[in-house]
Amino acid sequence: MWDYTEKVKDHFLNPRNVGEIEDPDGAGEVGSLACGDALRLTFKLDENKRIKEVKFKTFGCASAIASSSALTEIIKGMTLEEAEKVTNQDIANYLGGLPEEKMHCSVMGREALEAAIANYRGQKVAKEDFEVICTCFGVTDREIIKAIRENDLKTVEQVTYYTKAGGGCGKCHPKIESLIERVRKEMEKEIPPPKPEKKKLSNIQKIKLIEETLGREIIPALKADGGDLDLIDVEGNKVWVALRGKCSFCPSSEFTLKQYVESKLREFVSDEIEVEEVRP
Amino acid sequence: MKTVYVDNNATTKVAPEVLEAMLPYFSEFYGNPSSMHFFGGQVQKKMDEARAKVADFLGADPSEIVFTSCGTESDNAAILGTLESYPEKRHLITTRVEHPAVGNLSTYLGRKGYRVTELSVDREGRLDLDELKESITDETALVTIMYANNETGVIFPIEEIGEIVKAKGIPFHSDAVQAAGKIPLNMKKSKLDMLSISGHKLHAPKGIGVLYIRKGTRFSPFIIGGHQEKGRRGGTENVPYIIGLGIACELAKKNMEQENTRVKALRDYLETKILEKIPNTLVNGDRSHRLPNTLSVSFEYVEGESILLLLSDLGICASSGSACTSGSLEPSHVLRAMGVPFTAAHGSIRFSLSIYNTKEEMDYIIEHLPPIIQRLRDISPFWKDYLKSQGKD
Repeated sequence: MWDYTEKVKDHFLNPRNVGEIEDPDGAGEVGSLACGDALRLTFKLDENKRIKEVKFKTFGCASAIASSSALTEIIKGMTLEEAEKVTNQDIANYLGGLPEEKMHCSVMGREALEAAIANYRGQKVAKEDFEVICTCFGVTDREIIKAIRENDLKTVEQVTYYTKAGGGCGKCHPKIESLIERVRKEMEKEIPPPKPEKKKLSNIQKIKLIEETLGREIIPALKADGGDLDLIDVEGNKVWVALRGKCSFCPSSEFTLKQYVESKLREFVSDEIEVEEVRP
Repeated sequence: MKTVYVDNNATTKVAPEVLEAMLPYFSEFYGNPSSMHFFGGQVQKKMDEARAKVADFLGADPSEIVFTSCGTESDNAAILGTLESYPEKRHLITTRVEHPAVGNLSTYLGRKGYRVTELSVDREGRLDLDELKESITDETALVTIMYANNETGVIFPIEEIGEIVKAKGIPFHSDAVQAAGKIPLNMKKSKLDMLSISGHKLHAPKGIGVLYIRKGTRFSPFIIGGHQEKGRRGGTENVPYIIGLGIACELAKKNMEQENTRVKALRDYLETKILEKIPNTLVNGDRSHRLPNTLSVSFEYVEGESILLLLSDLGICASSGSACTSGSLEPSHVLRAMGVPFTAAHGSIRFSLSIYNTKEEMDYIIEHLPPIIQRLRDISPFWKDYLKSQGKD
């Protein structure tokens, strides 16, 4: 059985934004019945050119449905320029991660979005312009290169997990291997981009992000050890939390807090976060 | 939450009688059957009784029974042991729908330089015996064909095949892991030289298998070691499991009629109701030659893993031939070999029953399955397209 996160299960059991918008501004469809999964994405923009409404229909496994649902939640309210920057990794992260073998579900989400935006702009993503590397699943060099770059892929197996390429007869494995070699050489030559500055957040955004980060990165791990944690208050960069369960009387809880909670919040929210514990 | 276990082709519950019979052999009677003292000797005696029960179940002589660790080992021992005995022959005949224990081994042998013929099946999962006749040559070392398919339950005409194969004097093996306990097997009347069965498919525990080897069959041991199993399989015997398998075979013989009457009726009831309540559903495999407990159905335009997880959420345990459940990207090799269309291959679900299932459980499935399929079809882009194409939207 696959080890799906609670968030994947939630988005599979209660998918958000299911359906098809009549007369959409943009529509994209990727995958097919033969491939075993497919996603049809439609969206409408508001007067400020932000995504007002977005809907999906998906044929596929639990992680394909969850990835589609997550994608619609992520891009709602975004401009197309912002939506364009959403990567498959963003979709997977939103879901608290996917089994590596299922990463192609997140890639399918990103590709459908790309197709829908291109459709809005009247562009065509023509497969003919690119070389089909994997004939079993109809995957082009463009898609494979993009997946290698965005996900730092190193092996043929990983490329299969992320794009399905090479998952059928296996005849294209040497081609995928040489693509990996070529792209990784190019990547090495490129100077690594400077670490992106974390966005300036409004207080509401910050609290929301803190809550999300706690829920996704921290609480599940604490729960695994029989503990739990509540967010009490946020003021500026100071975050007050209370430990529950086993953690609340654990002598090393201060260490738990400083090292673990703070580092995660600094990673995902702001470098200046300081965590304080509220003792009962 | 209640558990409705309908995945008995994957594994079965250990029968309480089996477990009870095994336990003393972990604690009290732990002797090595090969020992010269009374303490080992009494275990040897019990093991002989178990061997006799297994032999009786298969219509074989006790000396023809070799205990192994699982069905896969039995298959590997039969195939590799035969090829080893006929080093000059480099051709193997099998089918496209074998269990990986035979299928992947054949692929491996193909890479090692053997010529491997994989017989095809038709849309119903049936073999073409003319294809078999044509593929036999002087080079053929072994024909290995499964008794019944694990995914669809389709039963192959093993005795008819045996007539053809033995007329040419070629060794003949069958993986009967799914057939054992569901349909009668009688080696005295069979053309088979070797037959594999697995304990955990017939209410014995995982970790015990049998290879039947007909007297006079050329065979080289796969696991080389001590003198156990008359030199045909080295390694100290797994005594508690062998005792358990003996009881399981005794029970299976007793329950054979029930499998083919009550269990079959439950399966047929489930099948009829599913077909009646859910449109665009098809049964995979030849319904007139099928194990009494197995039902493989495909629901068009939805994907199997999603169905399984929604069923699992309700406590219903089944399995699927869909790509996503196995970690591979293509749907089951069995359904592909049968040419099941892609609209249906990804949405296949296998229900496999046992004597422990009840009518109430079937009703529970019948109540909950239709809304699950409808819910997934509502999410699927292809269902609406299909309805439109039919002018139903």
